[in-house]
Amino acid sequence: MVLAIDDLTVEFATDRGTLRAVDGVSLAVASGKTLAVVGESGSGKSVTALATMGLLPGSARIGGRIVLDGEPLTPERQRALRGGAMAMIFQEPMTSLNPAFTAGEQVAEALRIHRNLPPRAAFDAAIAMLERVRIPDAARRARQYPHQFSGGMRQRVMIAIALACAPRLLLADEPTTALDVTVQAQILALLDTLKRETGTAVVLITHDLGVVADHADDVAVMYAGRVVERAPAARLFAQPEHPYTVGLLGAVPKLAGGAGRLASIAGTVPDMRNPPAGCRFAPRCPFAISRCIAEQPPLIPITADHATACWRAPLSQILEAA
Amino acid sequence: MLRWLARRFAQIIPTLIVLSVLIFGLQQLMPGDPALILAGEERGDPMVLAQIRAELRLDRPLPEQYLNWIGNVLVGDFGFSWRIREPVAKLILQKLPVTFQLASMAFIIAVLIGVPAGILSATRRDTPTDWIANGIALFGISMPNFWLGIMMILLFSVELGWLPPSGYVSLTEDFWESIATTIMPAFVLGTGVAGVLMRHTRAAMLGALAQDYVRTARAKGVAERVVVWKHALRNALIPVVTLGTIEFGRLLAGAVLTEQIFTIPGFGKLIVDAVFNRDYPVVQGVVLATALIFVALSLVADLLYMAVNPRMRQA
Ligand SMILES: Nc1ncnc2c1ncn2[C@@H]1O[C@H](COP(=O)(O)OP(=O)(O)O)[C@@H](O)[C@H]1O
Ligand code: SF4
Ligand SMILES: [Mg+2]
Repeated sequence: MVLAIDDLTVEFATDRGTLRAVDGVSLAVASGKTLAVVGESGSGKSVTALATMGLLPGSARIGGRIVLDGEPLTPERQRALRGGAMAMIFQEPMTSLNPAFTAGEQVAEALRIHRNLPPRAAFDAAIAMLERVRIPDAARRARQYPHQFSGGMRQRVMIAIALACAPRLLLADEPTTALDVTVQAQILALLDTLKRETGTAVVLITHDLGVVADHADDVAVMYAGRVVERAPAARLFAQPEHPYTVGLLGAVPKLAGGAGRLASIAGTVPDMRNPPAGCRFAPRCPFAISRCIAEQPPLIPITADHATACWRAPLSQILEAA
Repeated sequence: MLRWLARRFAQIIPTLIVLSVLIFGLQQLMPGDPALILAGEERGDPMVLAQIRAELRLDRPLPEQYLNWIGNVLVGDFGFSWRIREPVAKLILQKLPVTFQLASMAFIIAVLIGVPAGILSATRRDTPTDWIANGIALFGISMPNFWLGIMMILLFSVELGWLPPSGYVSLTEDFWESIATTIMPAFVLGTGVAGVLMRHTRAAMLGALAQDYVRTARAKGVAERVVVWKHALRNALIPVVTLGTIEFGRLLAGAVLTEQIFTIPGFGKLIVDAVFNRDYPVVQGVVLATALIFVALSLVADLLYMAVNPRMRQA
């Protein structure tokens, strides 16, 4: 495994009490594989990725273990590996690049830091990198500033920065959410190609179940700071076991390739400062029983590679019976 | 870029026309008859007064006087001082460098104090460093220049005898003596601007440090020091540069009072003397020159803004 997160917890002190944004999350991704992390906004996806990178504000209290290539990630190691062995791309291509520097300089900076290249060589390597992310006329574009690029082109520059030093792990936090559908497909196809070429492990955070179906090997479904279901992508779509996943899939158009957003499930995400005592999904769950309100269900394997956190698992049997 | 410059210059021309009319008009409202003043002992003699008026063309209609004045200004002739009997342009060129030196030194002091203090208090937000820096900035902004000036003279000249309390030696005459005569007034002038720069730098840095591109830089592995001094500062300086240019103009204007305290023969002294002596050509010339400097500085501010902001450069 390139990345193994074990029982990660992240807490923020807020004005109105402690907020546990991530509560015992465990994830793993192998080289050359894509793990999709899905879940409604606020479920702790970004915080999980930022904790891995060591980019959370100093006020965050972090527990658990994050292991990269067999070695635990300490803050020092995170600082050394950021942008080198592990990289991240963000949701907002319009604001994620520095407006004061050219695209080439921004790619070259990563190479100067992690590869110790002199400025000239770093810039040439940056041009090559911009070519690799299919930016036409890369030598000229490298000398242009972010405002001269479209959203899709900026996200390509971001990918070039992230992949410049051939990272072992790429965290892509909703990399295409802000882009229109055609550009979105191009960017994801590009990520797939680059991943195949380099064997990078990818964590793809997304809202979009259509994206999951087309680009992920495995899926982790998060709800209220916890992983509620984990399975290979094909299996998750064929046989969802958690009521929350079932609800999410409810809105995906049956035709493949449809741009299915997460279903709107009745009710709202719980206040993370004061979550329900038992199963966090209980207030919204059509399958809830009294045990659900009292006790929190652990993530338990149903098969070798399929796990779910639900007292009524395996849900598929209940659904069939109905 | 060239088109932008042309448009910018086209905008300046009406501004200058209005300015010059205003200066000329206000001049007419100043109390006291210059002919009377110039006549001196002979002020009782109507013949002498008439002769003076004719000589200075004060007997002509106002529009003619105005056109006359502005026509000469356009060819660099600011007129002739009635009092000092020297060309106004020469007086301006003599005194302007003094004030310019003072304002430049004050500006350097202000930038050297204000910008790093602003960066420091932004990166150490809500720590004692931040509070102390803000306190000092408030002190610098609110302290009256004349009071600080007098205190400094008392301490460094009277008490310690390190620096001359007044007077001026030019840079070409004796470099170090020149610095010694201007460092106190420059510091007095600079403190207020340092406070203003510090606060703006702090605000701009806080804004920049909260931007997504700062997170990108950190994700790239850029060291925190470089994140602050390169990635954030480069963007934070864009508004600060514009502000700094305007503040420089204010320093030139603010020098008037400080020059009085330290008896430095600069622009300030020139204009104060001219006003008291009703030396109209000098007053007009100095005010017009000041206005021109402000207009030029606003142009410089725009050019600098373009230079530091890539988004403007391609426009
Ligand atoms: N720096 C922070 N300080 C306090 N709360 C935070 C911070 N970052 C995220 N949170 C909270 O953590 C929870 C999870 O956020 P996030 O991981 O961004 O969700 P998402 O799954 O949409 O990416 C949210 O309730 C959010 O408000
Ligand atoms: S544990 Fe209960 S409330 Fe939670 S998802 Fe399962 S059935 Fe629903
Ligand atoms: Mg997010």
